[in-house]
Amino acid sequence: MSDIKYKDKGSILNPLKSWQFFGRKPVTEPLEPRLASKNYRGFHLNDWEKCIGCSTCQKVCDNAAITMIKIPSLKEDPVQGVRNLRPAIDYGRCCWCGLCVDICPTSSISLSREYVHICDQDTIDSYFILPDPQGMHDKFFGHGWSKSADTDLVDLKRQDMAELKAEKRIDNFAEVVEGFDKQQAIIEASRCVQCGMCHDSCPTHMDAPEYIRSIWEGDLDEAVRWIYKTNPFAHVCGRVCTHRCEAACSIGRRGEPVAIRWLKRYAMDSLDHERVKQIVAEGMAGSASGKRIAIIGSGPAGMTAAYDLVRQGHHVAVYEAQDKPGGMMRYGIPEYRLPYARLDDDIDTILSLGVELHLNTKIGQDISMQELRSNYDAVLIASGLHEGRSTRIPGSEHAKTVSAIKLLRDITAGKTIEVPKKAVIIGGGNVAMDIARSLARYQKDKYGTVDVTLTALEERDQMLADESEIREAEEEGVLIRPSRGPRQCVIEENELTGLETVCCTSVFDAEGRFHPSFDESDVCVHEAELVVEAIGQAADVGYLGDDVIESLEWQRGRLQVDDYGRTAEQWLWAAGDMVEGPDVVHAVAGGHRVAASIHEYLMGKMRKSA
Amino acid sequence: MRPENYQAKNHPPSNEYELNFGPNHPGIEGNYALQLKLHGDEIVHARADGGYLHRGFEKLMEGRLWIQNIALVPRICVPDPAPMEMCYSLAIEEIGGLEVPERAQWLRVMQLELSRIAAHLFTFGGHAATTGMYSNMYWGVADRDVLLDLFEELTGGRVYSIYNIPGGVRRDIPEGFLDRVSNTMDYIESRLPDYDNLFFTNRVFIDRAKGVGPMNQQQALEWGVTGPNLRATGLAFDVRRDDPYLVYDQLEFDIPTEEAGDAWARTLVRRHELMESIRIVRQVVKALPDIGGPIRCPIPNPLAWTVPAGEAYVRVESSKGETCYYVVSNGGDMPYRVHVRGPSSMHAVQVLEKLVEGCRIEDVAQIMFSLDACPPEVDR
Repeated sequence: MSDIKYKDKGSILNPLKSWQFFGRKPVTEPLEPRLASKNYRGFHLNDWEKCIGCSTCQKVCDNAAITMIKIPSLKEDPVQGVRNLRPAIDYGRCCWCGLCVDICPTSSISLSREYVHICDQDTIDSYFILPDPQGMHDKFFGHGWSKSADTDLVDLKRQDMAELKAEKRIDNFAEVVEGFDKQQAIIEASRCVQCGMCHDSCPTHMDAPEYIRSIWEGDLDEAVRWIYKTNPFAHVCGRVCTHRCEAACSIGRRGEPVAIRWLKRYAMDSLDHERVKQIVAEGMAGSASGKRIAIIGSGPAGMTAAYDLVRQGHHVAVYEAQDKPGGMMRYGIPEYRLPYARLDDDIDTILSLGVELHLNTKIGQDISMQELRSNYDAVLIASGLHEGRSTRIPGSEHAKTVSAIKLLRDITAGKTIEVPKKAVIIGGGNVAMDIARSLARYQKDKYGTVDVTLTALEERDQMLADESEIREAEEEGVLIRPSRGPRQCVIEENELTGLETVCCTSVFDAEGRFHPSFDESDVCVHEAELVVEAIGQAADVGYLGDDVIESLEWQRGRLQVDDYGRTAEQWLWAAGDMVEGPDVVHAVAGGHRVAASIHEYLMGKMRKSA
Repeated sequence: MRPENYQAKNHPPSNEYELNFGPNHPGIEGNYALQLKLHGDEIVHARADGGYLHRGFEKLMEGRLWIQNIALVPRICVPDPAPMEMCYSLAIEEIGGLEVPERAQWLRVMQLELSRIAAHLFTFGGHAATTGMYSNMYWGVADRDVLLDLFEELTGGRVYSIYNIPGGVRRDIPEGFLDRVSNTMDYIESRLPDYDNLFFTNRVFIDRAKGVGPMNQQQALEWGVTGPNLRATGLAFDVRRDDPYLVYDQLEFDIPTEEAGDAWARTLVRRHELMESIRIVRQVVKALPDIGGPIRCPIPNPLAWTVPAGEAYVRVESSKGETCYYVVSNGGDMPYRVHVRGPSSMHAVQVLEKLVEGCRIEDVAQIMFSLDACPPEVDR
């Protein structure tokens, strides 16, 4: 191939060839500074409005060049999933690979087209920079390396969850959501970037990143161990939790958040119940403290407190008025969302630690508060909200106008209810959805058709119920009528025939207070044999007795407690829905809080007397 | 030791002396050294002395996530980083069974060939400089810069591309990029006669390089020589054609060879390869607009990415020879072992030691440049 050879017989003028180079631009000419290419990996830019301080960039950085710096002037909101941390780059370590850009869940980081930095003589760390939207020297050079949809390293799409189709679930109470299989769970768990936003936003601060990691590693024992560190109602919360974690998930900023709730459910469903009990029994206090605690109510708050206290070696007795434990989890949540067998598993796990449970025992009737006080060192009230609120519109006192809470209790207790051919629900929250969907199932079973109308004050996208609940209710044939305010129950010849509603134009006034205004010209009547009110719940605390009630502090009918759940009485604590409003995971968090306070009180007292 | 206790060692009488050639020497490529034993001008014995660039890449990789290593591997061979990224990615793709989309494969070929052109331009410059022809070196470096401009546009970085990722490439081509690649290829081709006039047909180069540091084909094969150095002994072996990867089997190109096996032949093979690489890039430029589809297959979240347990040995034809990676995964989120078998560890150690023996001191540098060894790859 060597056609390139020295030519011996060249021209005598050959050396003059080099003159031609005088006319050319020399290659050694200094280059003028120019703008880098559009794709250039220069100094970092960070949009502080988009950045949530999740630290994912720090995790992927292969040179440990990123340090998260706390910026006190920025707002921090765990519920929204925002931290006041921002990444700072050590350009002594950075290699400009751009992985931080490609992985950033919010896409706030990009690299700029700026590439010149001369260290300031007076500042020895002038290479340590907190990137902002303006760039390294406040001269915006334009975005260089930034992320596009096909170069994203974060998986924004969640694994599809199998659900029973509407036609298969509408006439029965079989569980709607079928749960992940192993493959789906591992893929879903692998989407997590371990930022811990979920942990911060969770009322009980569950270690979601840790148990998600364990699920991804296939170590379900470890996952359950992590779950039980903060939440003994793992089956329940794996199904019906209001999942604030997912609202805060950093992946959810641009895509679908990691299905944290379903992953918890997967871990619990996949592990044998007996094995769960073995794991939970690890780390029990070795010796009994000799202290006795009575807990009123076997709902999430009471049982969580019982779980914590019994693990610390105290003797715990739980008093429950109904014939089965679980409180609102059993008597307020329909079985298609939470199968009772799973709830029984959770409660069985707690009871297996040695909690004493007294069913069908009403305080005030079977045992008095005074007896509790004298028999126990501390008493916790966690009796929940079991009374429905009424709209008090004309006709609401009619026998066919019932509260959702009462009706749900009858349904879940297995009592036979009179199934109306046409029903109207007042309310747009999750309880309204529960009763609407439960009635729809009875109607389908009995009459073959569904005729349930749900009227909510709010607009469709402002409704309080979960989006999935609303969607599933609609799939099951429930007619949702948003922006309707109840006016009166229509009663003809002592028979309830329907509900009259008017159009609601706004729910809150200018100051954000609840003050609905209506358009009186837009009136309509929804035919109904039964009107169900699902507009809120109240506590019934009559069982406490007048003495106790008088000695406690109340505000607008709500029991006042301090940050630790302590009431005005030294021996009495309160937790759960009656303190925090209706929500399982808040009740669990409250249970932990009061348990810690009770334990401290009991041990402190012991220390004093010793 | 107290001065009064010092006793000079009695060396046997000899006309030989030792010379440390490098690690900081203008005639040596990178930070690398040869301990030479000379008799007058003639080298009697040579011992390669590497390790000045040892940063423990292989060990570092065992402590980093699979994806983090893509930023590390190009540093193993700075003048020609693309094959390093490619090998690492190909190995993971082989173990993990990832299907690289076709468009990504063509883009990878383009990156590899552009990188080869840049590396060869650099090497001529080096070889020319060691024979005293500095203009050629300036030209080589300046023309390489034109290619680095293309890398800057395509990959965001001029030298460390960090463009490959297991499963594909990180970015698609920017708008109008192929036209600029075409123009650059035309430009490089138009420069080749200048290089020929100044260097390859230059009496000085031919007289200096011919017959220097020769090896025959059998020696080359015994010593593990690969790439242009092997082809300079007359064996037309090229991984791109004999064990094709990516889309090389769909491309037309020749395998240039020379028979002499000396420094001249080795550099001349590179000069011919330059033209072949330009041919390949032109074919890619022509084909790429018709190849749609994604540039990367779906990959998991890099923070939770495990590669199934297994091992892979992959090889890629780099500008210096066969660049091979042996990657072992134990199913974890980091490699269990990555072994880099770069061509330079053969060329710069055992081959160089043998070739410089018997030659004159002024030829040591040009033998090293004609072998195109890359010291960081030796030290990896």
